[in-house]
Amino acid sequence: MLILPVAVGTLVAALFLVWWERRLLGWWQDRLGPNRVGWFGVMQAVADAIKLLTKDDWVPPFGDRAFFVLAPAVVAGAMLMALAVIPFAPDWWIVDVNIALLWFLAMSSLAVYGVLLAGFASNNKYALLGSLRAAAQMVTYEVFMGLSIMGVVIHAGSFSLVDIVEAQDDLWFVVPQFVGFLIFMIAGLAESHRLPFDLPEAEHELTAGFHTEYSGMKFGLIMAAEYVALIVTSCMIALLFFGGWKVPAFLGFLDFLPPVFWFGAKVFVFINFFILLRAAIPRPRYDQLMGYGWKLLLPLSLVNLLVTGALSL
Amino acid sequence: METAIFYIAALVAALATLRVVTHVNASHALIYLVVSLLAVAVIFFLLGAPFAAALEVVVYAGAIVVLFLFVVMMLNLGRTSVERERGWLRPGMWIGPAVLAAVLLVSFVFVFWGTDAKTSGEMVGPRAVGIALFGPYIIAVELAGFLLLAALVGAWHLGRRYLEERRGADDFPEEDASPDEAAPEASAEGNA
Repeated sequence: MLILPVAVGTLVAALFLVWWERRLLGWWQDRLGPNRVGWFGVMQAVADAIKLLTKDDWVPPFGDRAFFVLAPAVVAGAMLMALAVIPFAPDWWIVDVNIALLWFLAMSSLAVYGVLLAGFASNNKYALLGSLRAAAQMVTYEVFMGLSIMGVVIHAGSFSLVDIVEAQDDLWFVVPQFVGFLIFMIAGLAESHRLPFDLPEAEHELTAGFHTEYSGMKFGLIMAAEYVALIVTSCMIALLFFGGWKVPAFLGFLDFLPPVFWFGAKVFVFINFFILLRAAIPRPRYDQLMGYGWKLLLPLSLVNLLVTGALSL
Repeated sequence: METAIFYIAALVAALATLRVVTHVNASHALIYLVVSLLAVAVIFFLLGAPFAAALEVVVYAGAIVVLFLFVVMMLNLGRTSVERERGWLRPGMWIGPAVLAAVLLVSFVFVFWGTDAKTSGEMVGPRAVGIALFGPYIIAVELAGFLLLAALVGAWHLGRRYLEERRGADDFPEEDASPDEAAPEASAEGNA
């Protein structure tokens, strides 16, 4: 019964996250950011949504119409489906299956299709280059995104996210799995193609990459999916490595606050961290990104898995 | 309820697979293949194999078909290839394959007609699958590992030759000529 609130709530959160991100970036870059509409500019998000909804929804006549319409739905649908397995607090989840972690990986790998189809259907060389980059990048980073969380699975002995959170009663997994945490964070960033790793849509080189031809609400949906991916990745980090809804040990005196507050707070911290990364780190070159993944992160995640497995025998 | 879902998923899988074969546009055919794989994953889930269902989506739909689509996009097959496919897929072409498939179908039905093989419908968790894989089936796992290693070395070899040619031709600095094509290929093996 949580399906509708979770889906709608996440989309609304994604909408306001755009405003929040612009304000934070403005603050860090010593400028104001959107501060005119509503209180502190918070209504800017609503204004943006109205603008997107009333814009001309143009489908390029030279492309592949069916794929062009399908692509944004695939991106957004896959990311919203990933939310289905996320537990927000004890007994606050849509489903708890024993393959929850694999479900998340499956959904994030299906999201690749949206990006690929968007670029392919646009029949535009910038879009095509963007989606080729996206496909290679996402398939690459998926490999060790999966490998990096296997250490957590070894510790918890389950793929279920609820079990994983319950297993972190004494110690958050970020301590024994610090390497796994770093790799998962980098891979999550690449999967949601956010700024240091936004090569599929690098605006200096590729206009807007795979969504160059998109306008109106189709563009809005792609944008929203990116923010939902950011939220989902932050949720996964909080669940897998930072004890989900559990109260941090050093704040034990605050345990009268509801579990969902702690979960939300952790997720919010990671979202802000990802936004800060955007302001702080420039984009790498494409071959650097791929080389970094295959030559450094993949061996590192394999070694991490090997050591974790050996130690827990 | 579950029986109904099973038949719906099976129907979707069969129709989508049929379209994979009959579609003239390579990229559309691949998307039908993805639909077919997802339907098969649903069937796996219903039969009590959630782990296999998840891996079906992660590995087959999420990595291998992505690479097929990637290659199709790189080759940028346009209208000419659709026309050529249409030329190849004349109605007369279907007679031979249809007869052979019908023979297979008949023998398949014949084999399964008398047997009363039901699945227990019981969920087999990831733990049980892992124990089976690394217990009685350890040889198969190791052999698959050998095969994938061989594929990986092969992909590296092909990529290396391409790079050396390029390096000799216009004297590229080393880091500038990274294997863009070789990398995603290797990823499928790594993932599988």
